[in-house]
Amino acid sequence: MAATQIIRSEWTKIRSVASTVWTLSLVVVVTVALGMLISALTKHEFGNMPPRERLSFDPTLISFAGMTLGQLAMIVFGVLVVSNEYSTGMIRTSLAAVPRRGAFLASKVAVATALALAVGLVTSFAAFFLGQAMLGSPLRTSLDAPGVLRAVLGGGLYMALIAMFSMGVAAMLRSPMLSLGILMPFFFLISNVLANVSATKKIGQYLPDQAGSRIMQVVPRVGDDTPYGPWGGLGIMVLWVIAALAGGYALLRQRDA
Amino acid sequence: MIELSGLTKRYGEKVAVDDLTFTVRPGIVTGFLGPNGAGKSTTMRMILGLDHPTAGDVRIDGRHYHELADPLTYIGALLDAKAVHGGRRAHHHLLCLAQSNGIPAGRVHEVLETVGLTAVARKKAKGFSLGMSQRLGIAGALLGDPRILMFDEPVNGLDPEGILWIRSLMKSLAAQGRTVFVSSHLMSEMALTADHLVVIGQGRLLADTSMADFIERNSRSYVRIRTPDRERLLDALHGAGITAVESGGGQLEVDGGKAEQIGELAARHHVVLHELSVRQSSLEEAFMRLTASSVEYHARTEPPPERPWGADRDTGTAKAAADAVTTTAEG
Repeated sequence: MAATQIIRSEWTKIRSVASTVWTLSLVVVVTVALGMLISALTKHEFGNMPPRERLSFDPTLISFAGMTLGQLAMIVFGVLVVSNEYSTGMIRTSLAAVPRRGAFLASKVAVATALALAVGLVTSFAAFFLGQAMLGSPLRTSLDAPGVLRAVLGGGLYMALIAMFSMGVAAMLRSPMLSLGILMPFFFLISNVLANVSATKKIGQYLPDQAGSRIMQVVPRVGDDTPYGPWGGLGIMVLWVIAALAGGYALLRQRDA
Repeated sequence: MIELSGLTKRYGEKVAVDDLTFTVRPGIVTGFLGPNGAGKSTTMRMILGLDHPTAGDVRIDGRHYHELADPLTYIGALLDAKAVHGGRRAHHHLLCLAQSNGIPAGRVHEVLETVGLTAVARKKAKGFSLGMSQRLGIAGALLGDPRILMFDEPVNGLDPEGILWIRSLMKSLAAQGRTVFVSSHLMSEMALTADHLVVIGQGRLLADTSMADFIERNSRSYVRIRTPDRERLLDALHGAGITAVESGGGQLEVDGGKAEQIGELAARHHVVLHELSVRQSSLEEAFMRLTASSVEYHARTEPPPERPWGADRDTGTAKAAADAVTTTAEG
């Protein structure tokens, strides 16, 4: 059984369900629209901002503001890709066709990640260009400014990694409701609280989304003492993803389907 | 060929499958019979490598399931007809299975044609009736043109037409030399389709026998006679040393297959017969007796009546089974 066979099969699976289309469309629409809105509002409010905030104003990061919400749709995509197999019972049909469970999970994750990366990059570039258009000169930045291309590409990578992390969690938990019930509030709320409350900041900044989103930042905040850079942060997120997928694989391997 | 040796599955304290050893051979339909909860589905899931055995071993053509390259081309299985993604079209469901095992896409159309689902190939599976889902599951099993086929309770919930279709499909697959392994909790169904019988109860092997042997050993055959000249016939029978028992409605019953002898006797004595037929008592009852001690969920409201063989053949499934077997015996 060649790997290409399983990958082709997983591609057929992923493109033949409606949830793929609506989750990924939501990723693009929500991220870009919200980014544009916040960029437009920022342009309007810039004159009223305190000088300290004006100094650390990051036009690239502002255009990605919609990602806080858009990533939730990406989480739904990642969770459903894996947990659909369990909630429908399809997993038994799938594993009877592909009994090598490692190859099965790897192919599924590879196909879904490739798709998430493509959509993530489209989203990232669209959010950047449309966000800059909303900001207008003199606030706007351009792709050839230092660090900006890294941040925009990084936005796509971040989206793909969020999807992968969600797939790993869903592979461990199996239930879509349970997976979403944990991931959605965690990424939307808990992680932000942990990373911004001073008591928990030291630990909170190592959470996957907090560390990973550093890649989208071009202008450092004043007095920023984050102990890792943009790529370091992405590396921390990659470690989280590896841990989640390894956990998912270990459980898939040992469990009865 | 499917070979089980000492196959055991425990869930904590509870033993679902207990040291099963038997072989499923090619060219015949092997029935896998047992009451609900006997461990049939668990056994089938272990055959497909979905559940890990606690002990023992199961091999497909001498190899473990996960060692098979493109397993769908060795063994096709229908375990649960509803185990499909409801939002996926029938065609795509089969296509993804075909691709994973390197089966040409054209084969999808062939199996859809075989099971009669071509018209709904582009419809989503969630709109399918149970019968259509069963057909889709069977299409998936046939996809790789495998030498071994395994069906778990394939006629459950089907209409009579669907049941007939599945029966004839299984027989034709076996006639092509394939191994067909089918589970059921209904003896009457097995009597119609299976050539060989494996019976389990509470996970333990209770019988591994040919259908013919099982029938011979477990069912009483008798001759039923109706005649307007009861006294004269009884005298004649008595004279020939044949014991007849009166049953309800003025009928007589004689144990054993002596129809010819009785017919000739009646002719010699010029006794008119209205009926002379060879009957076999319910196999369902034989099966229930075999598994009685191992049925997991007893209905407590009505204790199983102690009645003579065939006494309740006028009721429900027992009658159906008796009639069915009579038909087979006469045909």
